[in-house]
Amino acid sequence: MIEVKKLVKRFGLKTVLCGLDFEVKGGEFVALLGPNGAGKTTFLRILASLSRPSMGEIRVAGYRLPGQAAAVRRKLGVVSHLPLLYGDLTAEENLRFYGRMYDVPNLKARITEVLELIGLATCRRDLVRTFSRGMQQRLAIGRAILHDPEIVLFDEPYTGLDQDACDMLDAILRDVAARGRTVAMSSHDLARVEDLASRFDILSRGVIAASATRDDLRNSNVFAFYKQSLAG
Amino acid sequence: MARLQNIDRRQLSIVHRPLAGFLKAVAAIAWKDLVAELHSRELISAMLVFALLVILIFNFALELDVKARATISSGVLWVTFAFAGTLGLNRSMAVEKDRGCLDGLLLAPVDRAAIYFGKMISNLAFMLIVEAIVLPVYSVLYNTKLFNPGLVGVILLGSIGYVVVGTLLSAMAIQTRTRDILLPILLFPVVLPIIVAAVKASSGFLQGLEMAEMMPQIRLLVFYDVIFIAVSFMLFDYVVEE
Amino acid sequence: MPSQPRVLQVLNILSACLLLVAFGMVLFYAPIERVMGAVQKVFYFHVATAWVGMLGFIAAAMTGIAYLRTQNPKWDIVEVAAVEISLVFFFIAIVLGSIWARPAWGTWWTWEPRLTTAAILEMIYVAYLLLRQGIEEPDRRARFSAIYTLVGGLSIPVTFLSIRLFRTIHPVIFGSGLGEKMSMTTPMYVTMFSNIAVFSIIFSTLFWHRIRLGRLAEKVEQLKLKFMP
Repeated sequence: MIEVKKLVKRFGLKTVLCGLDFEVKGGEFVALLGPNGAGKTTFLRILASLSRPSMGEIRVAGYRLPGQAAAVRRKLGVVSHLPLLYGDLTAEENLRFYGRMYDVPNLKARITEVLELIGLATCRRDLVRTFSRGMQQRLAIGRAILHDPEIVLFDEPYTGLDQDACDMLDAILRDVAARGRTVAMSSHDLARVEDLASRFDILSRGVIAASATRDDLRNSNVFAFYKQSLAG
Repeated sequence: MARLQNIDRRQLSIVHRPLAGFLKAVAAIAWKDLVAELHSRELISAMLVFALLVILIFNFALELDVKARATISSGVLWVTFAFAGTLGLNRSMAVEKDRGCLDGLLLAPVDRAAIYFGKMISNLAFMLIVEAIVLPVYSVLYNTKLFNPGLVGVILLGSIGYVVVGTLLSAMAIQTRTRDILLPILLFPVVLPIIVAAVKASSGFLQGLEMAEMMPQIRLLVFYDVIFIAVSFMLFDYVVEE
Repeated sequence: MPSQPRVLQVLNILSACLLLVAFGMVLFYAPIERVMGAVQKVFYFHVATAWVGMLGFIAAAMTGIAYLRTQNPKWDIVEVAAVEISLVFFFIAIVLGSIWARPAWGTWWTWEPRLTTAAILEMIYVAYLLLRQGIEEPDRRARFSAIYTLVGGLSIPVTFLSIRLFRTIHPVIFGSGLGEKMSMTTPMYVTMFSNIAVFSIIFSTLFWHRIRLGRLAEKVEQLKLKFMP
């Protein structure tokens, strides 16, 4: 689904990603871990077609980036730490807008379906700026899956959420977002990620420093793996 | 290598996304802005209050009397529109930037030009609404006849030119450190031909001069509008793409 | 640190000498104009510096397009150099024009098309520099600068046209137009064109220096990143 070969990203004279190799097969849930400034957000932005690579080959859902970015966007859903929602529109209007932008068929029915999945059906007519952060993130997920993408990218989705909101987000991630889809998620919340992901990749100093599947970590935990990879 | 891939992308989006899809995206974006404004009414009320205050200040600053009004009116009106316009442009783009919504727009499988035209149309709508309210208020306050089809035409042409360049430059300004402050500095020198031509043409219409007298100005306005619509939507890609 | 290339060193000396020659020509060779008197001699430098300003303007516009097409940062360095030089030289031209205008027309400033357009161009340049100041990231800074160069550059001729719909009192030497014509004799033409040539050489020298400065600054940035993680 996602193939990245020797990805290089430079901002002016600073090189953030230095020949990164990365691969995700269909249905996998990969957790991207790493210290701040390692380049996780930059990497996810490039995968999301929001940023252009300086060098390297990227294929997402069979299409090349950035050459065929338009085709890739249809198959991609993105949840960022910013809500990407319009505060002055209602939940329903936000979804309707994005539905139109993605040309979603049977939009009305789909909106109702998604609102129910994320548990915001009762708040459909409320303005998003009245929503709590947790509710906004849930709606953000709804927006991301509205057009039924094959791949969903998450950039630190738990940022700023309290425990209850995190639990609710977990449930939605498991049942809604991740189901049947290919997922790449970056997060600092190692404990939560441990339950969700099938593979853990550590991004450090612009490359994938280490990678381990769930099975590999049977006898230890993610935290130990993380610490170990960064120490070496 | 990267350049070739860019051409590929552009061809793809032109060939595979028909006009209907493009227009649909433009309409969706413009609709979104208008509905948001309907809910909050922040933008238009801010622009309106500001415009009326400016007119009020001009009353004392210029000591407008009955005779001078025809020629000075057009100047006062255009200064008002120019300043109130920057408020609207700034606010309209700030909304996209603050919650990361611009990314949301860029993630969608729509042509970047559609984003430009959508924002441009909603910015134009806001500006026209404010102008439509300011004109009658001004004519009441200063006892001037402003219901002149020629005047309305000039205001329309001028506003289009203003918003066309303003949308592009506000998209740039919002991504800098100085943000709001930078927009008038960038915009006014570039949009000056519009102001110059519009003021001359407006005062001509208000004085009841022959249409032929104003034709050079009107032609300039159209010329400016056409050139800058073409240039702006082509350059918009470079503003938003990383 | 690489020292100045041989050609540039030669240019430095050449520019300085030629500037003296130009001064000499203007002061001693060119005759005193019939109508305006000695102050008219300012005109030679005024035209030459305005000419240099124009060169910078065109260079800026072309490098703007070049950057957008190639994304090569070297064009950005050239573009900034062109804008800065054009800014300074147009400013000198405007000031010299004012010095000339005062005794000739009785006013320091007049709102006629050429002068007003020059003033607006200066403001576009300043806006350009302010824009650059407000962006940290080099790629985005270069991109936005190039875009503004194009937008600003395109607007200037239109600005000129729009203001021209008013009358002008700017003296016209070549071509027809309203306003007084200066009577020019051959020595005056020679002085004027030599001045233009001299200042073109001065422009190349300064341009080269400024581009060198830009490249050195970039090298410093590179070294900074290497030694300060």
